[in-house]
Amino acid sequence: MQKAILSRELSLLFLAPALVFVAVFLLYPFFSIFQMSFTNQTLVGANAVNPQHVGLQNYLDLFNTRDWMRRGEMGHSLWLTAQFVVGSALIGQAGLGLSIAVAFHHRRGLLREAVYTLAIAAWIIPDVVVAFAWFAYLDPNGTLNQILRAVGLQPLDWLFDYPMLSIILFNTWRGTAFSMLLFSSALASIPPSYMETADVIGASPWQKFRDILLPLLRGYIATDLILITLWTFNTFTPFLLTGGGPTYRSNVIAIHTYNVGLRFFEFGKASAIAVIVMLINLLLASIYLFISRRQQRQTA
Amino acid sequence: MKTPLQRIVLTVFVIAVAAFFVTPLLWFVFAPFNPQVSLAVTIPQNPSLANFEEVLNNPLAMRGLLQNSVIIGVGTMVGTSLTAALAAYGLSRGNVPGRDLLIYVLILFSSVVTGTASMVPIFRLVFTLGLIDTHAGVIMVMIGGLLPSAIFIVRDFVDSVPRSYEEAAMVAGASPMQIFRDVTLPIMQPGILVVGVWVLVNAWGAFLIPFILLRNPDLLPASVTFYTFYDVESGTPQIRLISAYAVLYTLPVILLYLLINWRYGFRFFGGIKQ
Repeated sequence: MQKAILSRELSLLFLAPALVFVAVFLLYPFFSIFQMSFTNQTLVGANAVNPQHVGLQNYLDLFNTRDWMRRGEMGHSLWLTAQFVVGSALIGQAGLGLSIAVAFHHRRGLLREAVYTLAIAAWIIPDVVVAFAWFAYLDPNGTLNQILRAVGLQPLDWLFDYPMLSIILFNTWRGTAFSMLLFSSALASIPPSYMETADVIGASPWQKFRDILLPLLRGYIATDLILITLWTFNTFTPFLLTGGGPTYRSNVIAIHTYNVGLRFFEFGKASAIAVIVMLINLLLASIYLFISRRQQRQTA
Repeated sequence: MKTPLQRIVLTVFVIAVAAFFVTPLLWFVFAPFNPQVSLAVTIPQNPSLANFEEVLNNPLAMRGLLQNSVIIGVGTMVGTSLTAALAAYGLSRGNVPGRDLLIYVLILFSSVVTGTASMVPIFRLVFTLGLIDTHAGVIMVMIGGLLPSAIFIVRDFVDSVPRSYEEAAMVAGASPMQIFRDVTLPIMQPGILVVGVWVLVNAWGAFLIPFILLRNPDLLPASVTFYTFYDVESGTPQIRLISAYAVLYTLPVILLYLLINWRYGFRFFGGIKQ
Protein backbone atom coordinates (compact mmCIF):
# COMPACT_ATOMS: atom_id res chain seq x y z
CA MET A 1 0.00 0.00 0.00
CA GLN A 2 1.46 3.34 -1.06
CA LYS A 3 1.48 6.21 1.34
CA ALA A 4 -1.49 8.48 0.69
CA ILE A 5 -0.76 11.96 -0.62
CA LEU A 6 -3.97 13.35 0.85
CA SER A 7 -5.15 12.86 4.39
CA ARG A 8 -8.53 11.21 4.87
CA GLU A 9 -10.18 14.55 5.72
CA LEU A 10 -8.74 16.27 2.64
CA SER A 11 -9.71 13.48 0.27
CA LEU A 12 -13.27 13.61 1.61
CA LEU A 13 -13.21 17.35 0.92
CA PHE A 14 -12.25 16.65 -2.70
CA LEU A 15 -15.07 14.12 -2.89
CA ALA A 16 -17.67 16.35 -1.24
CA PRO A 17 -19.11 18.16 -4.30
CA ALA A 18 -19.61 14.89 -6.15
CA LEU A 19 -21.20 13.25 -3.13
CA VAL A 20 -23.64 16.15 -2.72
CA PHE A 21 -24.81 15.88 -6.36
CA VAL A 22 -25.10 12.13 -6.14
CA ALA A 23 -26.94 12.24 -2.83
CA VAL A 24 -29.48 14.84 -3.99
CA PHE A 25 -30.06 13.72 -7.59
CA LEU A 26 -29.53 9.96 -7.40
CA LEU A 27 -29.89 8.61 -3.87
CA TYR A 28 -32.72 10.83 -2.68
CA PRO A 29 -34.91 10.15 -5.75
CA PHE A 30 -34.30 6.43 -5.36
CA PHE A 31 -35.39 6.29 -1.75
CA SER A 32 -38.18 8.86 -2.04
CA ILE A 33 -40.15 6.79 -4.55
CA PHE A 34 -40.54 3.95 -2.06
CA GLN A 35 -42.16 6.33 0.38
CA MET A 36 -44.22 8.04 -2.34
CA SER A 37 -45.51 4.70 -3.68
CA PHE A 38 -47.53 4.20 -0.47
CA THR A 39 -49.43 7.49 -0.93
CA ASN A 40 -52.02 8.87 -3.31
CA GLN A 41 -50.02 12.02 -4.05
CA THR A 42 -50.73 14.03 -7.23
CA LEU A 43 -49.28 17.30 -8.57
CA VAL A 44 -52.44 19.38 -8.23
CA GLY A 45 -55.65 19.11 -6.22
CA ALA A 46 -56.27 18.19 -2.60
CA ASN A 47 -53.94 15.18 -2.66
CA ALA A 48 -51.02 17.41 -3.72
CA VAL A 49 -50.91 19.25 -0.40
CA ASN A 50 -52.12 16.52 1.92
CA PRO A 51 -51.36 13.14 0.38
CA GLN A 52 -53.00 10.24 2.18
CA HIS A 53 -51.17 7.12 3.19
CA VAL A 54 -52.84 4.34 1.19
CA GLY A 55 -50.72 1.36 2.17
CA LEU A 56 -50.31 -1.19 -0.58
CA GLN A 57 -53.28 0.09 -2.59
CA ASN A 58 -51.16 1.30 -5.57
CA TYR A 59 -49.48 -2.09 -5.83
CA LEU A 60 -52.77 -3.95 -5.51
CA ASP A 61 -54.16 -1.82 -8.35
CA LEU A 62 -51.14 -2.53 -10.56
CA PHE A 63 -51.37 -6.26 -10.05
CA ASN A 64 -55.16 -6.40 -10.19
CA THR A 65 -55.45 -9.64 -12.11
CA ARG A 66 -58.84 -8.70 -13.55
CA ASP A 67 -57.61 -5.99 -15.88
CA TRP A 68 -53.85 -5.54 -15.55
CA MET A 69 -53.32 -7.07 -18.99
CA ARG A 70 -55.72 -4.58 -20.61
CA ARG A 71 -54.21 -2.14 -23.10
CA GLY A 72 -52.78 0.86 -21.30
CA GLU A 73 -52.27 -1.04 -18.02
CA MET A 74 -48.94 -2.06 -16.52
CA GLY A 75 -49.17 -5.80 -17.21
CA HIS A 76 -49.75 -5.14 -20.88
CA SER A 77 -46.82 -2.69 -20.93
CA LEU A 78 -44.50 -5.24 -19.33
CA TRP A 79 -45.53 -7.81 -21.92
CA LEU A 80 -44.80 -5.35 -24.77
CA THR A 81 -41.49 -4.47 -23.10
CA ALA A 82 -40.53 -8.15 -22.97
CA GLN A 83 -41.19 -8.43 -26.72
CA PHE A 84 -39.23 -5.24 -27.28
CA VAL A 85 -36.19 -6.41 -25.27
CA VAL A 86 -36.11 -9.92 -26.76
CA GLY A 87 -36.74 -8.68 -30.31
CA SER A 88 -34.60 -5.57 -30.50
CA ALA A 89 -31.84 -6.17 -27.92
CA LEU A 90 -31.22 -9.91 -27.59
CA ILE A 91 -32.04 -11.01 -31.15
CA GLY A 92 -31.62 -7.70 -32.99
CA GLN A 93 -28.64 -5.87 -31.52
CA ALA A 94 -26.66 -8.77 -30.05
CA GLY A 95 -27.43 -11.18 -32.91
CA LEU A 96 -26.71 -8.68 -35.65
CA GLY A 97 -23.72 -7.19 -33.82
CA LEU A 98 -22.14 -10.62 -33.35
CA SER A 99 -22.86 -11.58 -36.99
CA ILE A 100 -21.22 -8.42 -38.30
CA ALA A 101 -18.21 -8.81 -36.02
CA VAL A 102 -17.71 -12.44 -37.10
CA ALA A 103 -18.33 -11.71 -40.79
CA PHE A 104 -15.63 -9.04 -40.80
CA HIS A 105 -13.22 -10.85 -38.49
CA HIS A 106 -9.71 -10.49 -39.98
CA ARG A 107 -11.03 -8.60 -42.97
CA ARG A 108 -10.25 -5.08 -44.00
CA GLY A 109 -11.54 -3.04 -46.88
CA LEU A 110 -14.04 -0.51 -48.05
CA LEU A 111 -17.15 -2.59 -47.31
CA ARG A 112 -16.08 -3.12 -43.70
CA GLU A 113 -15.41 0.60 -43.25
CA ALA A 114 -18.81 1.43 -44.78
CA VAL A 115 -20.78 -0.94 -42.54
CA TYR A 116 -18.93 0.12 -39.38
CA THR A 117 -19.24 3.84 -40.15
CA LEU A 118 -22.97 3.56 -40.87
CA ALA A 119 -23.67 1.50 -37.75
CA ILE A 120 -21.69 3.95 -35.59
CA ALA A 121 -23.49 6.91 -37.20
CA ALA A 122 -26.83 5.29 -36.31
CA TRP A 123 -25.55 4.99 -32.74
CA ILE A 124 -24.17 8.52 -32.17
CA ILE A 125 -26.73 10.73 -33.96
CA PRO A 126 -29.04 12.34 -31.33
CA ASP A 127 -32.32 10.59 -30.42
CA VAL A 128 -34.77 13.07 -31.93
CA VAL A 129 -32.98 13.07 -35.28
CA VAL A 130 -32.87 9.29 -35.70
CA ALA A 131 -36.46 9.06 -34.49
CA PHE A 132 -37.56 11.48 -37.18
CA ALA A 133 -35.40 9.68 -39.77
CA TRP A 134 -37.40 6.52 -39.01
CA PHE A 135 -40.68 8.43 -38.90
CA ALA A 136 -40.00 9.48 -42.50
CA TYR A 137 -38.56 6.05 -43.44
CA LEU A 138 -41.66 4.15 -42.27
CA ASP A 139 -44.22 6.67 -43.54
CA PRO A 140 -46.75 5.28 -46.09
CA ASN A 141 -44.87 7.35 -48.70
CA GLY A 142 -41.48 6.84 -47.09
CA THR A 143 -38.27 5.21 -48.28
CA LEU A 144 -39.08 1.68 -47.08
CA ASN A 145 -42.37 1.59 -48.97
CA GLN A 146 -40.68 3.11 -52.03
CA ILE A 147 -38.25 0.17 -51.92
CA LEU A 148 -41.06 -2.36 -51.41
CA ARG A 149 -42.97 -0.94 -54.38
CA ALA A 150 -39.82 -0.94 -56.53
CA VAL A 151 -39.33 -4.68 -55.98
CA GLY A 152 -43.05 -5.37 -56.54
CA LEU A 153 -44.14 -5.90 -52.93
CA GLN A 154 -47.14 -4.50 -51.11
CA PRO A 155 -46.40 -1.23 -49.23
CA LEU A 156 -47.43 -1.22 -45.54
CA ASP A 157 -48.54 1.39 -43.05
CA TRP A 158 -45.78 0.39 -40.66
CA LEU A 159 -46.32 2.76 -37.74
CA PHE A 160 -50.08 2.27 -37.72
CA ASP A 161 -50.44 -1.46 -38.40
CA TYR A 162 -47.13 -2.80 -37.01
CA PRO A 163 -46.06 -0.40 -34.22
CA MET A 164 -44.19 -3.04 -32.19
CA LEU A 165 -42.31 -4.35 -35.22
CA SER A 166 -41.48 -0.75 -36.13
CA ILE A 167 -39.91 0.13 -32.78
CA ILE A 168 -38.08 -3.24 -32.67
CA LEU A 169 -36.49 -2.59 -36.09
CA PHE A 170 -35.75 0.98 -35.08
CA ASN A 171 -34.03 0.02 -31.83
CA THR A 172 -32.04 -2.74 -33.54
CA TRP A 173 -30.76 -0.21 -36.06
CA ARG A 174 -30.09 2.34 -33.35
CA GLY A 175 -28.11 0.18 -30.93
CA THR A 176 -26.34 -2.58 -32.88
CA ALA A 177 -23.06 -0.60 -32.99
CA PHE A 178 -22.38 -1.19 -29.29
CA SER A 179 -22.56 -4.99 -29.56
CA MET A 180 -20.71 -4.93 -32.88
CA LEU A 181 -17.79 -2.93 -31.44
CA LEU A 182 -17.70 -4.95 -28.22
CA PHE A 183 -17.58 -8.27 -30.11
CA SER A 184 -15.09 -6.92 -32.66
CA SER A 185 -12.60 -5.95 -29.99
CA ALA A 186 -13.21 -9.26 -28.22
CA LEU A 187 -12.53 -11.19 -31.43
CA ALA A 188 -9.39 -9.15 -32.06
CA SER A 189 -7.97 -10.49 -28.80
CA ILE A 190 -8.23 -14.14 -29.94
CA PRO A 191 -4.85 -15.39 -31.20
CA PRO A 192 -5.00 -16.03 -34.99
CA SER A 193 -3.19 -19.34 -34.49
CA TYR A 194 -6.39 -20.89 -33.08
CA MET A 195 -8.24 -20.30 -36.33
CA GLU A 196 -5.26 -21.33 -38.45
CA THR A 197 -5.03 -24.63 -36.60
CA ALA A 198 -8.75 -25.19 -37.14
CA ASP A 199 -8.28 -24.47 -40.86
CA VAL A 200 -5.46 -27.00 -41.05
CA ILE A 201 -7.63 -29.77 -39.62
CA GLY A 202 -10.45 -28.74 -41.97
CA ALA A 203 -13.06 -27.39 -39.57
CA SER A 204 -16.20 -25.88 -41.12
CA PRO A 205 -17.07 -22.20 -40.40
CA TRP A 206 -19.91 -23.32 -38.13
CA GLN A 207 -17.58 -25.65 -36.20
CA LYS A 208 -15.04 -22.86 -35.81
CA PHE A 209 -17.75 -20.52 -34.56
CA ARG A 210 -19.23 -23.04 -32.13
CA ASP A 211 -16.06 -24.64 -30.78
CA ILE A 212 -13.57 -21.76 -30.81
CA LEU A 213 -15.23 -18.34 -30.96
CA LEU A 214 -18.33 -18.94 -28.85
CA PRO A 215 -16.52 -20.37 -25.78
CA LEU A 216 -13.93 -17.59 -25.89
CA LEU A 217 -16.61 -14.93 -26.24
CA ARG A 218 -18.86 -16.24 -23.49
CA GLY A 219 -17.91 -13.58 -20.92
CA TYR A 220 -18.31 -10.74 -23.42
CA ILE A 221 -21.68 -12.07 -24.55
CA ALA A 222 -22.94 -12.12 -20.96
CA THR A 223 -21.75 -8.54 -20.40
CA ASP A 224 -23.29 -7.38 -23.65
CA LEU A 225 -26.67 -9.03 -23.11
CA ILE A 226 -27.09 -7.59 -19.62
CA LEU A 227 -26.12 -4.05 -20.63
CA ILE A 228 -28.30 -3.86 -23.71
CA THR A 229 -31.21 -5.42 -21.83
CA LEU A 230 -30.87 -2.75 -19.16
CA TRP A 231 -30.72 0.07 -21.72
CA THR A 232 -33.51 -1.27 -23.92
CA PHE A 233 -35.73 -1.84 -20.89
CA ASN A 234 -35.36 1.84 -19.93
CA THR A 235 -35.22 3.59 -23.29
CA PHE A 236 -37.79 6.32 -23.91
CA THR A 237 -36.83 6.86 -27.57
CA PRO A 238 -39.73 4.76 -29.03
CA PHE A 239 -41.96 7.54 -27.68
CA LEU A 240 -40.40 9.85 -30.29
CA LEU A 241 -41.45 7.45 -33.04
CA THR A 242 -44.91 6.18 -32.04
CA GLY A 243 -45.82 8.05 -28.83
CA GLY A 244 -46.74 4.62 -27.40
CA GLY A 245 -49.62 4.25 -29.81
CA PRO A 246 -51.70 3.82 -31.74
CA THR A 247 -54.09 3.03 -28.86
CA TYR A 248 -51.30 1.84 -26.52
CA ARG A 249 -50.06 -0.81 -28.95
CA SER A 250 -46.40 0.19 -28.48
CA ASN A 251 -46.84 1.39 -24.88
CA VAL A 252 -43.59 -0.03 -23.45
CA ILE A 253 -42.98 0.42 -19.73
CA ALA A 254 -40.84 3.58 -20.07
CA ILE A 255 -43.68 5.29 -21.96
CA HIS A 256 -46.29 3.93 -19.54
CA THR A 257 -44.38 5.37 -16.56
CA TYR A 258 -44.15 8.71 -18.36
CA ASN A 259 -47.89 8.78 -19.06
CA VAL A 260 -48.95 7.98 -15.52
CA GLY A 261 -46.39 10.08 -13.67
CA LEU A 262 -45.43 12.96 -15.93
CA ARG A 263 -48.44 13.48 -18.14
CA PHE A 264 -51.28 12.80 -15.69
CA PHE A 265 -49.10 13.46 -12.62
CA GLU A 266 -50.42 10.58 -10.51
CA PHE A 267 -47.22 10.46 -8.46
CA GLY A 268 -48.37 7.75 -6.06
CA LYS A 269 -49.33 5.25 -8.73
CA ALA A 270 -46.34 6.19 -10.95
CA SER A 271 -43.97 5.71 -8.00
CA ALA A 272 -45.24 2.18 -7.52
CA ILE A 273 -44.50 1.48 -11.20
CA ALA A 274 -41.09 3.17 -10.84
CA VAL A 275 -40.29 0.97 -7.83
CA ILE A 276 -40.96 -2.13 -9.90
CA VAL A 277 -38.88 -0.80 -12.84
CA MET A 278 -35.98 0.14 -10.57
CA LEU A 279 -36.01 -3.22 -8.79
CA ILE A 280 -35.70 -4.90 -12.20
CA ASN A 281 -32.85 -2.47 -13.03
CA LEU A 282 -31.19 -3.26 -9.73
CA LEU A 283 -31.31 -6.97 -10.48
CA LEU A 284 -29.82 -6.50 -13.98
CA ALA A 285 -27.11 -4.07 -12.83
CA SER A 286 -26.12 -6.31 -9.92
CA ILE A 287 -25.69 -9.28 -12.25
CA TYR A 288 -23.58 -7.09 -14.54
CA LEU A 289 -21.31 -5.83 -11.76
CA PHE A 290 -20.99 -9.37 -10.36
CA ILE A 291 -19.91 -10.72 -13.76
CA SER A 292 -17.52 -7.87 -14.55
CA ARG A 293 -15.82 -8.02 -11.15
CA ARG A 294 -15.37 -11.76 -11.50
CA GLN A 295 -13.84 -11.28 -14.95
CA GLN A 296 -11.49 -8.62 -13.59
CA ARG A 297 -10.32 -10.96 -10.86
CA GLN A 298 -9.75 -13.71 -13.41
CA THR A 299 -7.61 -11.50 -15.66
CA ALA A 300 -5.79 -9.86 -12.76
CA MET B 1 -10.45 -21.49 -47.50
CA LYS B 2 -13.99 -20.70 -48.45
CA THR B 3 -16.28 -22.49 -50.86
CA PRO B 4 -18.06 -20.38 -53.51
CA LEU B 5 -21.37 -20.90 -51.70
CA GLN B 6 -19.96 -19.50 -48.48
CA ARG B 7 -18.64 -16.51 -50.34
CA ILE B 8 -22.05 -15.78 -51.86
CA VAL B 9 -23.85 -16.13 -48.52
CA LEU B 10 -21.33 -13.80 -46.89
CA THR B 11 -21.59 -11.19 -49.66
CA VAL B 12 -25.40 -11.19 -49.60
CA PHE B 13 -25.37 -10.82 -45.82
CA VAL B 14 -22.92 -7.92 -45.88
CA ILE B 15 -24.84 -6.06 -48.59
CA ALA B 16 -28.14 -6.59 -46.75
CA VAL B 17 -26.60 -5.20 -43.55
CA ALA B 18 -25.19 -2.17 -45.34
CA ALA B 19 -28.62 -1.54 -46.90
CA PHE B 20 -30.35 -1.90 -43.52
CA PHE B 21 -28.09 0.75 -42.02
CA VAL B 22 -28.00 3.22 -44.90
CA THR B 23 -31.61 3.35 -46.14
CA PRO B 24 -33.15 5.11 -43.09
CA LEU B 25 -30.58 7.91 -43.51
CA LEU B 26 -31.03 8.40 -47.26
CA TRP B 27 -33.80 10.92 -46.72
CA PHE B 28 -31.37 13.25 -44.92
CA VAL B 29 -28.96 13.19 -47.88
CA PHE B 30 -31.39 14.98 -50.21
CA ALA B 31 -34.18 16.54 -48.14
CA PRO B 32 -32.19 19.45 -46.61
CA PHE B 33 -31.44 20.79 -50.09
CA ASN B 34 -34.91 20.26 -51.53
CA PRO B 35 -37.36 23.16 -51.11
CA GLN B 36 -40.24 20.91 -52.34
CA VAL B 37 -39.46 18.25 -49.77
CA SER B 38 -41.89 15.46 -48.78
CA LEU B 39 -41.41 12.34 -46.66
CA ALA B 40 -40.43 10.37 -49.77
CA VAL B 41 -36.84 10.29 -50.98
CA THR B 42 -36.60 12.41 -54.12
CA ILE B 43 -33.65 13.93 -55.91
CA PRO B 44 -34.20 17.70 -55.69
CA GLN B 45 -35.24 19.36 -58.96
CA ASN B 46 -33.91 22.78 -57.95
CA PRO B 47 -31.48 22.15 -55.10
CA SER B 48 -31.10 25.18 -52.85
CA LEU B 49 -30.28 26.22 -49.32
CA ALA B 50 -33.80 27.61 -48.76
CA ASN B 51 -34.51 25.08 -45.97
CA PHE B 52 -31.48 26.31 -44.05
CA GLU B 53 -32.74 29.86 -44.48
CA GLU B 54 -36.00 28.72 -42.93
CA VAL B 55 -34.06 27.60 -39.85
CA LEU B 56 -32.14 30.87 -39.65
CA ASN B 57 -35.44 32.77 -39.77
CA ASN B 58 -37.05 30.70 -37.02
CA PRO B 59 -36.26 32.33 -33.66
CA LEU B 60 -37.21 29.24 -31.61
CA ALA B 61 -34.96 26.98 -33.67
CA MET B 62 -32.02 29.37 -33.47
CA ARG B 63 -32.41 30.08 -29.76
CA GLY B 64 -32.61 26.36 -29.06
CA LEU B 65 -29.48 25.59 -31.02
CA LEU B 66 -27.19 28.54 -30.34
CA GLN B 67 -28.30 29.50 -26.85
CA ASN B 68 -30.19 26.91 -24.83
CA SER B 69 -28.38 23.78 -26.03
CA VAL B 70 -25.05 25.55 -25.59
CA ILE B 71 -25.88 26.70 -22.04
CA ILE B 72 -27.09 23.24 -21.01
CA GLY B 73 -24.24 21.44 -22.82
CA VAL B 74 -21.41 23.63 -21.55
CA GLY B 75 -22.89 23.95 -18.06
CA THR B 76 -23.22 20.19 -17.70
CA MET B 77 -19.77 19.64 -19.20
CA VAL B 78 -17.96 22.09 -16.92
CA GLY B 79 -19.88 21.02 -13.82
CA THR B 80 -19.39 17.30 -14.39
CA SER B 81 -15.72 17.46 -15.45
CA LEU B 82 -14.69 19.66 -12.55
CA THR B 83 -16.59 17.70 -9.91
CA ALA B 84 -15.43 14.39 -11.38
CA ALA B 85 -11.79 15.55 -11.52
CA LEU B 86 -11.85 16.59 -7.86
CA ALA B 87 -13.55 13.37 -6.79
CA ALA B 88 -11.27 11.14 -8.88
CA TYR B 89 -8.21 12.87 -7.42
CA GLY B 90 -9.52 12.42 -3.90
CA LEU B 91 -10.23 8.76 -4.54
CA SER B 92 -6.91 8.08 -6.23
CA ARG B 93 -4.53 9.93 -3.90
CA GLY B 94 -6.42 9.89 -0.66
CA ASN B 95 -7.09 7.46 2.05
CA VAL B 96 -10.76 6.76 1.51
CA PRO B 97 -12.00 3.57 3.14
CA GLY B 98 -13.76 1.18 0.73
CA ARG B 99 -13.19 3.37 -2.32
CA ASP B 100 -13.63 0.62 -4.93
CA LEU B 101 -16.91 -0.36 -3.36
CA LEU B 102 -17.95 3.32 -3.32
CA ILE B 103 -17.41 3.64 -7.08
CA TYR B 104 -19.31 0.43 -7.78
CA VAL B 105 -22.22 1.55 -5.63
CA LEU B 106 -22.32 4.93 -7.41
CA ILE B 107 -22.30 3.28 -10.83
CA LEU B 108 -24.95 0.84 -9.67
CA PHE B 109 -27.20 3.70 -8.62
CA SER B 110 -26.65 5.68 -11.81
CA SER B 111 -27.79 2.70 -13.87
CA VAL B 112 -30.77 1.96 -11.63
CA VAL B 113 -32.03 5.54 -11.27
CA THR B 114 -32.47 6.16 -14.99
CA GLY B 115 -35.09 6.74 -17.65
CA THR B 116 -38.67 7.79 -17.04
CA ALA B 117 -38.84 5.85 -13.76
CA SER B 118 -36.25 8.22 -12.27
CA MET B 119 -37.98 11.27 -13.70
CA VAL B 120 -41.04 10.76 -11.47
CA PRO B 121 -39.19 11.49 -8.19
CA ILE B 122 -36.77 13.91 -9.90
CA PHE B 123 -39.64 15.98 -11.27
CA ARG B 124 -41.15 16.22 -7.79
CA LEU B 125 -37.77 17.13 -6.28
CA VAL B 126 -37.04 19.84 -8.86
CA PHE B 127 -40.60 21.12 -8.47
CA THR B 128 -40.16 21.36 -4.68
CA LEU B 129 -36.84 23.18 -5.13
CA GLY B 130 -38.59 25.69 -7.43
CA LEU B 131 -36.26 24.82 -10.32
CA ILE B 132 -38.86 23.76 -12.90
CA ASP B 133 -38.38 25.81 -16.07
CA THR B 134 -34.76 26.71 -15.28
CA HIS B 135 -31.58 25.66 -17.04
CA ALA B 136 -29.94 25.24 -13.62
CA GLY B 137 -32.42 22.47 -12.75
CA VAL B 138 -31.73 20.61 -16.01
CA ILE B 139 -27.95 20.97 -15.62
CA MET B 140 -27.87 19.75 -12.02
CA VAL B 141 -30.03 16.70 -12.74
CA MET B 142 -27.76 15.80 -15.66
CA ILE B 143 -24.61 16.22 -13.57
CA GLY B 144 -26.04 13.87 -10.94
CA GLY B 145 -26.75 11.20 -13.54
CA LEU B 146 -23.44 11.44 -15.43
CA LEU B 147 -21.07 11.86 -12.46
CA PRO B 148 -20.56 8.20 -11.45
CA SER B 149 -19.37 7.13 -14.90
CA ALA B 150 -17.37 10.35 -15.29
CA ILE B 151 -15.53 9.71 -12.00
CA PHE B 152 -14.85 6.15 -13.13
CA ILE B 153 -13.30 7.36 -16.41
CA VAL B 154 -11.19 10.17 -14.90
CA ARG B 155 -9.93 7.92 -12.11
CA ASP B 156 -8.37 5.62 -14.71
CA PHE B 157 -6.41 8.58 -16.03
CA VAL B 158 -5.41 9.85 -12.56
CA ASP B 159 -4.21 6.42 -11.53
CA SER B 160 -1.86 6.40 -14.52
CA VAL B 161 -0.25 9.73 -13.54
CA PRO B 162 2.98 9.07 -11.61
CA ARG B 163 2.87 10.27 -8.01
CA SER B 164 6.51 11.39 -7.99
CA TYR B 165 5.62 14.88 -9.29
CA GLU B 166 3.19 15.44 -6.47
CA GLU B 167 5.64 14.05 -3.93
CA ALA B 168 8.29 16.44 -5.22
CA ALA B 169 5.86 19.36 -4.95
CA MET B 170 4.94 18.25 -1.46
CA VAL B 171 8.62 18.24 -0.42
CA ALA B 172 8.90 21.74 -1.88
CA GLY B 173 6.13 22.78 0.50
CA ALA B 174 3.11 23.15 -1.79
CA SER B 175 -0.37 22.82 -0.28
CA PRO B 176 -2.68 20.01 -1.49
CA MET B 177 -4.84 22.51 -3.41
CA GLN B 178 -1.75 24.00 -5.08
CA ILE B 179 -0.53 20.53 -6.00
CA PHE B 180 -3.92 19.69 -7.48
CA ARG B 181 -4.14 22.93 -9.45
CA ASP B 182 -0.54 23.27 -10.65
CA VAL B 183 0.69 19.68 -10.91
CA THR B 184 -2.09 17.13 -11.18
CA LEU B 185 -4.70 19.05 -13.16
CA PRO B 186 -2.33 19.79 -16.08
CA ILE B 187 -1.20 16.16 -16.29
CA MET B 188 -4.81 14.95 -16.05
CA GLN B 189 -5.87 17.15 -18.96
CA PRO B 190 -6.34 14.37 -21.56
CA GLY B 191 -8.63 12.48 -19.21
CA ILE B 192 -10.68 15.56 -18.43
CA LEU B 193 -10.93 16.36 -22.14
CA VAL B 194 -12.26 12.90 -22.93
CA VAL B 195 -14.84 13.10 -20.14
CA GLY B 196 -15.77 16.63 -21.17
CA VAL B 197 -16.49 15.59 -24.74
CA TRP B 198 -18.39 12.50 -23.58
CA VAL B 199 -20.54 14.64 -21.28
CA LEU B 200 -21.06 17.30 -23.94
CA VAL B 201 -22.27 14.75 -26.50
CA ASN B 202 -24.62 13.25 -23.90
CA ALA B 203 -26.02 16.60 -22.82
CA TRP B 204 -26.35 17.85 -26.41
CA GLY B 205 -28.44 14.85 -27.39
CA ALA B 206 -30.43 14.58 -24.14
CA PHE B 207 -34.17 14.74 -24.71
CA LEU B 208 -36.00 13.30 -21.71
CA ILE B 209 -34.68 15.54 -18.91
CA PRO B 210 -35.27 18.94 -20.62
CA PHE B 211 -38.55 17.63 -22.09
CA ILE B 212 -39.83 16.95 -18.57
CA LEU B 213 -38.29 19.85 -16.65
CA LEU B 214 -38.81 22.74 -19.09
CA ARG B 215 -42.13 24.21 -20.21
CA ASN B 216 -41.27 27.66 -21.57
CA PRO B 217 -40.62 27.38 -25.37
CA ASP B 218 -37.93 30.07 -25.10
CA LEU B 219 -35.83 27.85 -22.81
CA LEU B 220 -36.01 24.59 -24.76
CA PRO B 221 -32.77 23.12 -26.14
CA ALA B 222 -32.54 22.05 -29.79
CA SER B 223 -33.52 18.43 -29.01
CA VAL B 224 -36.92 19.37 -27.59
CA THR B 225 -37.47 22.20 -30.10
CA PHE B 226 -36.83 19.70 -32.89
CA TYR B 227 -39.48 17.41 -31.41
CA THR B 228 -42.07 20.20 -31.27
CA PHE B 229 -41.61 20.65 -35.05
CA TYR B 230 -42.89 17.13 -35.78
CA ASP B 231 -44.85 16.14 -32.67
CA VAL B 232 -47.84 14.25 -34.07
CA GLU B 233 -50.23 15.91 -31.64
CA SER B 234 -49.33 19.42 -32.79
CA GLY B 235 -50.38 18.85 -36.42
CA THR B 236 -48.41 18.40 -39.63
CA PRO B 237 -44.64 18.11 -39.26
CA GLN B 238 -42.70 21.13 -40.51
CA ILE B 239 -40.60 19.02 -42.83
CA ARG B 240 -38.57 21.76 -44.54
CA LEU B 241 -37.48 23.17 -41.19
CA ILE B 242 -36.73 19.73 -39.75
CA SER B 243 -34.60 18.56 -42.68
CA ALA B 244 -32.10 21.41 -42.33
CA TYR B 245 -32.33 21.72 -38.55
CA ALA B 246 -31.35 18.06 -38.17
CA VAL B 247 -28.13 18.69 -40.08
CA LEU B 248 -27.15 21.76 -38.05
CA TYR B 249 -28.02 20.03 -34.76
CA THR B 250 -26.19 16.78 -35.56
CA LEU B 251 -23.01 18.28 -37.04
CA PRO B 252 -21.31 19.15 -33.70
CA VAL B 253 -21.83 15.59 -32.41
CA ILE B 254 -20.23 14.07 -35.52
CA LEU B 255 -17.30 16.52 -35.36
CA LEU B 256 -16.66 15.82 -31.68
CA TYR B 257 -16.82 12.09 -32.31
CA LEU B 258 -14.31 12.37 -35.13
CA LEU B 259 -12.05 14.53 -32.96
CA ILE B 260 -11.96 12.01 -30.13
CA ASN B 261 -11.67 9.09 -32.51
CA TRP B 262 -8.76 10.70 -34.31
CA ARG B 263 -7.02 11.87 -31.15
CA TYR B 264 -7.49 8.81 -28.94
CA GLY B 265 -8.95 6.00 -31.06
CA PHE B 266 -12.10 4.18 -30.16
CA ARG B 267 -12.25 2.84 -26.65
CA PHE B 268 -14.85 1.54 -24.30
CA PHE B 269 -15.07 3.96 -21.49
CA GLY B 270 -15.89 1.75 -18.55
CA GLY B 271 -19.02 2.20 -16.66
CA ILE B 272 -22.42 0.99 -17.35
CA LYS B 273 -24.10 4.07 -18.73
CA GLN B 274 -24.81 4.44 -22.38
